Amino acid sequence: MRVEFQNLSKQYENGPVILHPMDFADEIHSLAIIGPSGGGKSTLLRIIGGLIAPTTGKLWINGAEIEQNEASLQKYRKKIGFVFQQGGLFCHMNARDNIAVPLEQVHGYSRPAACTRAMELLERFGLKEDWKKKPAALSGGQKQRVAIARAIAARPGLLLLDEPTSALDPEYTTEVLDVIRELKEDGLHFIIVTHEMGFARHACSKVAFLCEGILMEYGESARLFGQPETKQLRQFLGKLLEWEL
Amino acid sequence: MKRLKQLFWIPDNKKISRPAAFLNLLVVTALWVALFWVCLGAIHVQLDFTFLGQFRIRIWDGFLVTLSLSLCSLILSLLLGILSAAGQSSPLLFIRFFCSVYVKFIRGTPLIMQIYLFFYIVGTAWGVNNRFTAGVLILSIFEGAYIAEIIRGSLLSLEASQLEAARAVGFTRWQTWRFVILPQMIARTLPALTGQFASIIKDSSLLSIIAVIELTQAMREISAVNFRLFECYLFLGILYLCLTLPISLISERLEKRFQYES
Repeated sequence: MRVEFQNLSKQYENGPVILHPMDFADEIHSLAIIGPSGGGKSTLLRIIGGLIAPTTGKLWINGAEIEQNEASLQKYRKKIGFVFQQGGLFCHMNARDNIAVPLEQVHGYSRPAACTRAMELLERFGLKEDWKKKPAALSGGQKQRVAIARAIAARPGLLLLDEPTSALDPEYTTEVLDVIRELKEDGLHFIIVTHEMGFARHACSKVAFLCEGILMEYGESARLFGQPETKQLRQFLGKLLEWEL
Repeated sequence: MKRLKQLFWIPDNKKISRPAAFLNLLVVTALWVALFWVCLGAIHVQLDFTFLGQFRIRIWDGFLVTLSLSLCSLILSLLLGILSAAGQSSPLLFIRFFCSVYVKFIRGTPLIMQIYLFFYIVGTAWGVNNRFTAGVLILSIFEGAYIAEIIRGSLLSLEASQLEAARAVGFTRWQTWRFVILPQMIARTLPALTGQFASIIKDSSLLSIIAVIELTQAMREISAVNFRLFECYLFLGILYLCLTLPISLISERLEKRFQYES
């Protein structure tokens, strides 16, 4: 999927600049957005996902401009899957309905077809037995697997993940990252905001480094991790390695 | 000895067994009855409830009036509560202030003052002569303010992440209300609203001061005839409990059922 933007920036009214104007154009297969906290990663992902509007600039997906009005954004969001850091599941619905209700209401599935599809995905992610549970009864890792199942249920062209593992314990982190890698092997295209550098390096073909609202570096992940060009990226990676085994 | 202890003593979070619950309730009831018995003995009063049969039709009528007053007020106050909760976040400033002044005024003043104010000034000015209608209106205006706060509180407790998720899955504004906001709000407000219904029933007794012949007024009239003040008011309390106890049980159950929210 080709993602393109020009002069894209974000600043809240009377607030600090979150994203300085930036340009980007590339074919996306698997992209990791990395960088220090508060650098604008989540904001950029939300703009790409049509959840918040940029202050300036334009966005094109596969050559088509995404207009920033509610009606066209709503249409656009249908084609995209979004996984949040936490709290993304509807807390009054069980695991199956979290997946099935959007399929039914947004994508026009019949109720039985939506439930079948939901159960198929839950089984695939090892949650078949837990379909009746509400989010509060699921572990953090299970919640995120349901969230991923919901995001890919309607077979979106692009999956966006906003720090899907940063609220999880290490063992759950691995189980969620394994699911994402598996989906990648099936040909799903995704953009992930993550602090898991191992995943960014080995499972993502491209990496973008965002720092203080500026897109500092972009390229092949091997290159960014092997030969970081900017001082900021070198410092960032250096800090992360400080406590490495 | 240990079994006896188990009947009266419960460690934290353990489930209370049926025999233990029954036995302890019995003890508590006996204590209350004994307390009243001693008090009545001290003031040399002997209770005699035999007159109740004679007045059963008036009591039953009063009971029905209380019930219908409360049901009508529940519906109307729910409507008022929803409107003024919504009004308090209206973009039109005078509507927002109107609703918030209404809620603050009603919650900050006693019901008895409002009954006199609305019945003798506003009611007379607008020609509301039917006391039942006036009673329902006054009670609804009063309870509506409390319901508005219950609804506003539950709206405020909706998490922003739930609304963002609704947008992300592609829900329209209407679908977000239908599938996310309303079910979550109902789950959060239903226990409190049920409790509020019990309050409406109790508060309706104050309408006796404008001579709506509901349960309390019926009992007052009976006691004015036969001077059996203690018996009348004791029996009145029991009748109110017959209405409010089941409601508070339902409210407790609903609270347990919707606990997943937290």
